[in-house]
Amino acid sequence: MADKISNKSVLFNPLSKNNPVVVQVLGICSVLAVTAKLEPAIVMGISVIAVLAFSNVIISLIRNTIPTNIRIIVQLVVVAGLVVIVDQLLKAYAYDVSKQLSVFIGLIITNCILMGRLEAFAMANRPWASFLDGVGNGLGYTIILVIVGFFRELLGSGTLLGYQVVPQSFYEAGYVNNGLMILPPMALIVVACIIWVQRARNKDLQEP
Amino acid sequence: MNKQSNTYTVIYIVVLAAVVGAALAFTSLSLRGKQTENADMDKMRQILASVHITPAKGEVSADFSKYIIGQKVINSAGDEVDGKAFDIDVANQIRLADNERKLPVFECRLDNGTVKYILPVYGAGLWGPIWGYVAVDSDGSTVYGAYFAHQGETPGLGAEIEKPAFSDQFEGKQLIKNNEFMPIAVVKAGQKPAGDEDYVDGVSGGTITSKGVSSMLANCLAPYRTFLINLSK
Repeated sequence: MADKISNKSVLFNPLSKNNPVVVQVLGICSVLAVTAKLEPAIVMGISVIAVLAFSNVIISLIRNTIPTNIRIIVQLVVVAGLVVIVDQLLKAYAYDVSKQLSVFIGLIITNCILMGRLEAFAMANRPWASFLDGVGNGLGYTIILVIVGFFRELLGSGTLLGYQVVPQSFYEAGYVNNGLMILPPMALIVVACIIWVQRARNKDLQEP
Repeated sequence: MNKQSNTYTVIYIVVLAAVVGAALAFTSLSLRGKQTENADMDKMRQILASVHITPAKGEVSADFSKYIIGQKVINSAGDEVDGKAFDIDVANQIRLADNERKLPVFECRLDNGTVKYILPVYGAGLWGPIWGYVAVDSDGSTVYGAYFAHQGETPGLGAEIEKPAFSDQFEGKQLIKNNEFMPIAVVKAGQKPAGDEDYVDGVSGGTITSKGVSSMLANCLAPYRTFLINLSK
């Protein structure tokens, strides 16, 4: 149980060097689903940070009592419970946003990043380190969501957060929004481009 | 204590389920009031949106009671029946036959004194339910405004039905021609419907959602036929 890795690296590694989406390639499904517009992407990111941080803490607190053969079930129950609570809170205090995200909040339950972090980190580490790990990985996920959402909304709809940013004169000059950007395949291609840039800049991530 | 024994495992999961269940029940109960209030608020906002009124935050309920001067429930013969229009769930009504449905009507008086009738519609899009409100002039035929919403249509494609660019097209369209009720059709841009009913352009790339809007209007407005024709006389 020795803390070999410092808390700082636990928090900041997932942002770039060990990013859950572009390095570990987890949670791709929700990246496709919520990034056609920037705003849902941001709220989804915040929700994932909250659920991931708290489920990490809870699992870490009870990690020594969990029977090994049902540990995945226990993790799922905790995650599902938290996700439903977040969904209910959003419905009560941020109704508009919850309407926008609709089913995707529920789909956090099946986000592989959560299971991955619970199994790989929270089951073996103290609550505070697990909390930082949850926040870090949630942030790493959010960053990718925001980058993908930014490009897809800008090129696909000509808007950002719903505001028109591509000037009208562009359209008059013959510019058209790229409808393909809104379709799910482009999310994969944008993610692939991020992975490409990421690996080009960090030589140690490149597989031989 | 043996943590791998069956007894421990069973007791553990039962206790965990009870604790999580209790937490969820508590959250649900303590937030229920707030959630219903939000949902009602949202419904009022949508109804007002069909007559182009956008209430300021926190003013929704006040504006609703200011502009909506009457609510009634009618049947397909146009007669008034018992019930509260606001509480009727249109989603359940569309499963019934036309003559068994309870049809809510919201009567709205605008600042300039004109009266509009707001009729709710509900149907299916590509991925889930779509719904909306259609405001009709007191002549029973001219559409004054429309509002559409959806649960999970594709963002940027089918989801565009909630944008004014789509719903504003309905303004001025006629529901009644030669004393015959004709629902407004939604067709592919550049095309025309087979009959001579009024039509608007569908969303490009959102064909199935557009068709959904078209059949939603036909299905939900048809039972109002007698009511609208009576208005137009």
